[in-house]
Amino acid sequence: MKNYLQLVWLVPVLPLIGFLINGLFRRQLSKSLVNIIGCGTVLASFVISILIFIDVKNGNTGVINYFDFIKVKDFRIPFAFQADQLSALWLLVVTGVGFLIHLYSTAYMHGEEGQHYARYFAYLNLFVFSMLVLILGANYVIMFIGWEGVGLCSYLLIGYWFKNNEYGNAAKKAFIMNRIGDFGFLLAIFWMILKLGTVSYSTPDHQGVLDLFSKLSTFDITGITLLLFLGATGKSAQIPLYTWLPDAMAGPTPVSALIHAATMVTAGIYMIARSNILYTLAPVTQTVIAVIGLATALLAASIALKQNDIKKVLAYSTVSQLGYMFLGLGVGAYTGAVFHVMTHAFFKALLFLGAGSVIHAMHHEQDIRNMGGLKKKLPITHITFLIGCIAIAGIPPFSGFFSKDEILAAAFANNPIFWVLGVIGAVMTAFYMFRLYASTFLGSFRGTEEQKHHLHESPFAITFPLIVLAILAAVAGFVGIPEVLMPNAHSLEHFLAPIFAESAKHAHAHHLDHTTEYGLMAASVGLAAIAIIYAIYRFSRKPDLAEPTGFGKVLADKWYVDEAYNAIVVRPLNWLGKFLNKWVERGLIDALVNGAGRSVQYLSRQVRLVQSGQVGSYILLMVLSILVFFVIQFFLKK
Amino acid sequence: MKIEYYIVLSLALFCIGIAGVLTRRNAIVIFMCIELMLNAVNLLLVAFSKMHHLAGAAANPMAGIDGQLFVFFIMVVAAAEVSVGLAIIVMMYRNVHSVDVNFLNRLKH
Amino acid sequence: MSVTVFLFYFLSVLALGSAIMVVISRNPVYSVLWLISTFFAISGHYILMNAQFIGIVNLIVYAGAIMVLFLFVIMLMNLNAESEPKKNKWLKLAGVVSGGCLLLVMVAALKSAEVKGELVQVKEGEIGLIENLGKALFTDFVVPFEISSILFLSAMVGAVVIGKKGD
Repeated sequence: MKNYLQLVWLVPVLPLIGFLINGLFRRQLSKSLVNIIGCGTVLASFVISILIFIDVKNGNTGVINYFDFIKVKDFRIPFAFQADQLSALWLLVVTGVGFLIHLYSTAYMHGEEGQHYARYFAYLNLFVFSMLVLILGANYVIMFIGWEGVGLCSYLLIGYWFKNNEYGNAAKKAFIMNRIGDFGFLLAIFWMILKLGTVSYSTPDHQGVLDLFSKLSTFDITGITLLLFLGATGKSAQIPLYTWLPDAMAGPTPVSALIHAATMVTAGIYMIARSNILYTLAPVTQTVIAVIGLATALLAASIALKQNDIKKVLAYSTVSQLGYMFLGLGVGAYTGAVFHVMTHAFFKALLFLGAGSVIHAMHHEQDIRNMGGLKKKLPITHITFLIGCIAIAGIPPFSGFFSKDEILAAAFANNPIFWVLGVIGAVMTAFYMFRLYASTFLGSFRGTEEQKHHLHESPFAITFPLIVLAILAAVAGFVGIPEVLMPNAHSLEHFLAPIFAESAKHAHAHHLDHTTEYGLMAASVGLAAIAIIYAIYRFSRKPDLAEPTGFGKVLADKWYVDEAYNAIVVRPLNWLGKFLNKWVERGLIDALVNGAGRSVQYLSRQVRLVQSGQVGSYILLMVLSILVFFVIQFFLKK
Repeated sequence: MKIEYYIVLSLALFCIGIAGVLTRRNAIVIFMCIELMLNAVNLLLVAFSKMHHLAGAAANPMAGIDGQLFVFFIMVVAAAEVSVGLAIIVMMYRNVHSVDVNFLNRLKH
Repeated sequence: MSVTVFLFYFLSVLALGSAIMVVISRNPVYSVLWLISTFFAISGHYILMNAQFIGIVNLIVYAGAIMVLFLFVIMLMNLNAESEPKKNKWLKLAGVVSGGCLLLVMVAALKSAEVKGELVQVKEGEIGLIENLGKALFTDFVVPFEISSILFLSAMVGAVVIGKKGD
């Protein structure tokens, strides 16, 4: 059988080519050509990814070195790609979901002008390229390149409609928030280089970071993991750096689906899953991650309860789900976290695309108070959206149930309080998702007459990805059926076992007995079901139209976190900037510089008088100079 | 006769020439002062020539003759210089109707 | 005081006095005449040192040809004491002071000169005679001598070109 691993370089290069063609010739290419290039390259990557996945599944993994990226004496950072279980899985998700969203975009963005249309696809391709570099990189520096690349693309795509100032600001916010996290990531890389002299994950001769963990002291491991986690909080929108993600909804909806739900924001989870052994050895960090993940999950879910913008609800839901993934990482359920990343990619992309379909049909109306009763007009969107909602709410046998249950079970084993809070979050998730669903699709239409007139089901290019994703969201859970339901059916765990093998050795194995696990499942599913029924009952007839008051207003205003950041960070910085500008820049530096200029001007004006142009004065000066030279020569020089 | 006498005499003549150059504005007088300075140098050269002759005559009967030849060539150059310099002064007088060097302040621009 | 020493002092005083008169005379014509006097004194010094050829050439070329040229130019321009440009008193003082300082400094520097105390041959010595100088000039120094003729030629051409009226 042919060794497809050698083709791994093609996976990121194809979208890069697509980016270059679409980006450089955006004024010349027609829309259909842009479509073919944009979607075709990603599709090709997807096909190669499948081949690689099959290869990897047959146990064929490896690191492929291309060239030395940085080489300083003995220290070298190779430009290498790593194809193993974890990256192969992520490849499939990124290229697969990526392709569907490209396809979707061809219809969704159809109204854009030709040049900007090509620009959009160029950015998307560049994003896919960066994301693939992030995933495939065989060391932290290559990952960091991809990490920055996706951050850049996120910035570009959030600010895609750059003529709108607010969107531009949202893009800047995302970028700056990410930079704060990246700073931590960079420090972690430096720390590794300082202590180990390498940044590779693991090398054939066992000299990588993940091979040499025993050389690190507990303090080093805790420091490195905390700094890496800081990077992850930026990219994956966790407390305290999560506020950029809801604002990032300024970008086109497919972008929100691809970057801010399915792929980029899971980069932090990928990084931690990749470095799982370090985290297993740093229990302090693990606790921090679990607590922050849980806090984020609850905070974001509570905010989502009162949001009225369809995309904002989904955004906070994303933040909340990412919190669950971090909870999973924090309690050592790496497989569960990765599993949840995968299922979440499917159902959250589905939900975003469904929301995009609704927005498309409603002519860019995003407020759910002006929707309602779309069930009949948008049948396919409705069904797929409903599947997505059920999946995210964690109702069996849809995918969300399996992945979330796995994380919650691990959380219970770690600390029952985690489980209780997790279930509260899950209940809130179920509630706000069905509030969204009921307000949008059930009840009666509340939009304008004109909108009603134009309501229609979206074209095939939009519904096709919805259907595919809906099927995936429904069945993807079956790759990870828990032990209690069917022994040895957790194929994902077997598949990923080599990645987490080292961690498994160090972790305390804790097994719940089957009764407890059944009880936990029943409790969470039951509570979620109650929340769903209550939400449908309450919002299908009488939607939440009134302005929120009291505590609801606090939720609707997002706990005033943005305002608090503004007061704590932004304003003092502004003051500092103004102070520096007024006193240090203008008062000190400008004065010095201008003073230097002025004094030179003044002096030269005085000295200029010497140049009278009169021969006599020149001769006089010459004689005086000769005099001085003589004095120096004969009397001063000893 | 000691050499210092000649040196002091030449220096005095030379410095008088310099003082003349510095104090006068008439281009021709300045030129004459330059000639005076040249002659001071000539005098010193001849004095040195004779000094060397006295010291080296036993070994070489023509010792020190090159000093006097130098003077001769300096006179050649001075004569050529005067002819050109005076031509320039005449030219200047023709243009500005003055021999005042302060009119020659074009260097400023 | 021997005659030689007396002559030396006499010629020195004559040279210096005439030189000072050159500088302080208001009328350029007087300046020229005082300069001729200076040259005579210097020629006297040459002859005192038995440098006969140089002494004679100095008289012929300097006192004769060059000074007459000066005189002609001054008279052609009709310069006299009234047309003489006047210089600022302070600038004059500055000129005299700086010239004096230069003299002072150089004389002071003489104190440590290595030739101090060496004697100069006066009244005798053969090298200043026309015969010896001529031999040297037409044997060892014939190339510079001939080149000086080219210098004269070019100076002549230059003088004519510069002095030509119009362009």
